[in-house]
Amino acid sequence: MNDMRLTERATQMHDTKIAARGVDVFYGDTHAIKSVDVEIADKTVTAFIGPSGCGKSTFLRCINRMNDTIPIARVEGEILIDGEDIHDPRVDPVQLRAKVGMVFQKPNPFPKSIYDNVAYGPRIHGLSRNKADLDVIVEDALRKAALWDEVKDRLAAPGTGLSGGQQQRLCIARAVATGPEILLMDEPCSALDPIATDQVENLIHELRRNFSVVIVTHSMSQASRVSQRTAYFHLGELVEFGDTGDIFTNPRDQRTENYITGRIG
Amino acid sequence: MARNLPPRPKVADMPLIWILAILALLGGVAYWLARRRAMSSGGGDARVLHSLPNYYGVHGALLALAPALLILALWLLTQPMLLYRSVAADIPLLTISAFGTVDLVMSDVRRVAEGLDVAVGAGLLTSQQMTSAGPTEIEAALDEIGVALGSQLTPPVLDAARDYRGADAVLRWGMIAVVVAAALIGGAIAVYRTDRDFRARNIVERSILVLLAAAATVAILTTLGIVLSMLFETMNFFSQYPAHEFFFGTTWSPSFSGRGGLSELGIIPLLWGTLYISLIALLVAVPIGLFAAIYLSEYAGPKLRSFAKPLIEVLAGIPTIVYGLFALITVGPMLRDVIAQPLGLGNSASSVMTAGLVMGIMLIPFVSSLSDDIINAVPQAMRDGSLGLGSTQSETIRRVVIPAALPGIVGAILLAASRAIGETMIVVLGAGAAARLDLNPFEAMTTVTVKIVSQLTGDTDFASPETLVAFALGLTLFVITLGLNVLALYIVRTYREQYE
Ligand SMILES: Nc1ncnc2c1ncn2[C@@H]1O[C@H](COP(=O)(O)OP(=O)(O)OP(=O)(O)O)[C@@H](O)[C@H]1O
Ligand SMILES: [Mg+2]
Repeated sequence: MNDMRLTERATQMHDTKIAARGVDVFYGDTHAIKSVDVEIADKTVTAFIGPSGCGKSTFLRCINRMNDTIPIARVEGEILIDGEDIHDPRVDPVQLRAKVGMVFQKPNPFPKSIYDNVAYGPRIHGLSRNKADLDVIVEDALRKAALWDEVKDRLAAPGTGLSGGQQQRLCIARAVATGPEILLMDEPCSALDPIATDQVENLIHELRRNFSVVIVTHSMSQASRVSQRTAYFHLGELVEFGDTGDIFTNPRDQRTENYITGRIG
Repeated sequence: MARNLPPRPKVADMPLIWILAILALLGGVAYWLARRRAMSSGGGDARVLHSLPNYYGVHGALLALAPALLILALWLLTQPMLLYRSVAADIPLLTISAFGTVDLVMSDVRRVAEGLDVAVGAGLLTSQQMTSAGPTEIEAALDEIGVALGSQLTPPVLDAARDYRGADAVLRWGMIAVVVAAALIGGAIAVYRTDRDFRARNIVERSILVLLAAAATVAILTTLGIVLSMLFETMNFFSQYPAHEFFFGTTWSPSFSGRGGLSELGIIPLLWGTLYISLIALLVAVPIGLFAAIYLSEYAGPKLRSFAKPLIEVLAGIPTIVYGLFALITVGPMLRDVIAQPLGLGNSASSVMTAGLVMGIMLIPFVSSLSDDIINAVPQAMRDGSLGLGSTQSETIRRVVIPAALPGIVGAILLAASRAIGETMIVVLGAGAAARLDLNPFEAMTTVTVKIVSQLTGDTDFASPETLVAFALGLTLFVITLGLNVLALYIVRTYREQYE
């Protein structure tokens, strides 16, 4: 009930971008997400927090239908983006994923050059008219991901040859270059040093001006720094969802409080 | 008149089994003694020992057995040579000239010696007769047990055979003594060395390394041996036939020496046939195999996959001669009647096209199953990354999966090519055996392997260039396939680690 009130307050600030209603996810017999309702506002950063294995990544993958690629995964319930059900047969998952970008938990650069990695999305979607255009897009994306200075002299080197943290930023650049309306980031800073983390957080702030961003993180301080709304997941349930400030200063559920104060997880 | 003798192992083999049994026993004893000594030096507590107690035991057995077995092997290899030398030296020159060569005398000597063994064993000869009976008596006894000799048994041969038996027995007993002594000494050293601080595990570890390295060496040395023997004969060939005519000659028409006339042995028409047929085979196998692999690994559900994959691999189990029959009886006549004759491209049922098509079918499972494994090895995260950026499945395959798998796929194709180049049966039955240099794929042509077979079958004289050319052909083929394999390995190695 209280959650509803908070969500309503958020909707007053911005329109709802993503609305999930009664979402269940099963991996074979494992019930990974249990009847989750959530409304994610436009031009907002939403943080998903919760102990390992509680279903944060799973829920994130529902939003761009990446769970379709796992044969044993089954998604039930309704997810609306801009009021349109993404499971509607008229919705093309390919188009959906172009609109809803994703940075995966594990960096997965393609075995191609750094340049080709970033140019992958723009090329597929025909976002550039010529090479010069593409160069601009690539440079811009790499700058946003705080990687440009490190790689500008070796754009032709393989992306897989970068360090773990650099690969993570390369994947962020790759997702940004496609120009998504929603960006789903699964622990994008898990392998980054404080400086790079700061740069990525700046990027998130910047993206928020036009897009909605959902970020999964294990760092409480990061969640409180970058997000306006926070959702706490526990064993597949959405336990609490509300303004980040409220969640961190005044959690209503005992489990949330325990997690935030470091008693579990 | 050979009497039916009960089957029995050759007398000479019996001691070998005994020796091995004795060695096994000695090894077991050494194991037990070394292990016990280690335990007692540790005061019965295995934790104070440097290595686990079993390592001490294995070390004991190892020292007892390894040198003994090595000596045994060397002895068995050299004994026949020593025997030959010592016996052959005593044979009178006159006897040798009667037989022609020492080898011929010695083969009779060996046969008589073995015959004597059997005769004594069967109780046909007493040991007294054995040492003193004359040639006629002995020959009768040998005849009885079915030993036929190249010529009549003469006293010098009989004497040599007796010498041979005597020396053989002496050497054999000597061998037993030396081998058993080696085992005893080795075992004793091992037991003596054993105490709680002795590093038995390290020695066992190193001996395993030696064993593995020895296996690798055998594999390499065999290859080397094959190549060297080919090389030797090939050089022999080039001393009789000019190399540039072999490599650049465009006519293949061997004439076997009896019929007179000079042979022309140019490899070009054969190489052309080989490459032409292989090319057609690859044009068939690569697209079909690759597409099948992509379908199976990327699109097919697990159920379809689990039954389609073995089905395709069944193709790989069909013997090539069966493919050859298929080419000869079905594909060849069909191609001739449906395509070649109506288009006026010739009227031969054997053609490059026939052999190429059928060989291509043979290679499909080869390409598809290798490519399938390689495509499956591309991590799912790679596909997720591409799909997550909004690309379709076929874009993902074209732009991410295939490029990532490409080195492996190229390797698979090159391996398929070297199989195509080495194939013989399908060519004989599908494309014929006529060497020809022609562009028309509906003409009969032939390949290097087929000609190797035909040069070596029938009446062969291993001194004429017409026969020796087979080795030059074989070596050329070997160099080509070796080159392809090296290239395949190089490509796979260079690009393999990209997504790891
Ligand atoms: N591909 C899969 N197949 C089967 N079960 C899965 C799969 N992916 C996730 N699960 C299960 O679903 C549950 C939720 O997993 P999920 O990856 O969403 O957790 P998470 O909250 O992202 O954890 P972490 O913080 O460790 O990344 C886990 O119990 C996990 O075992
Ligand atoms: Mg996760």
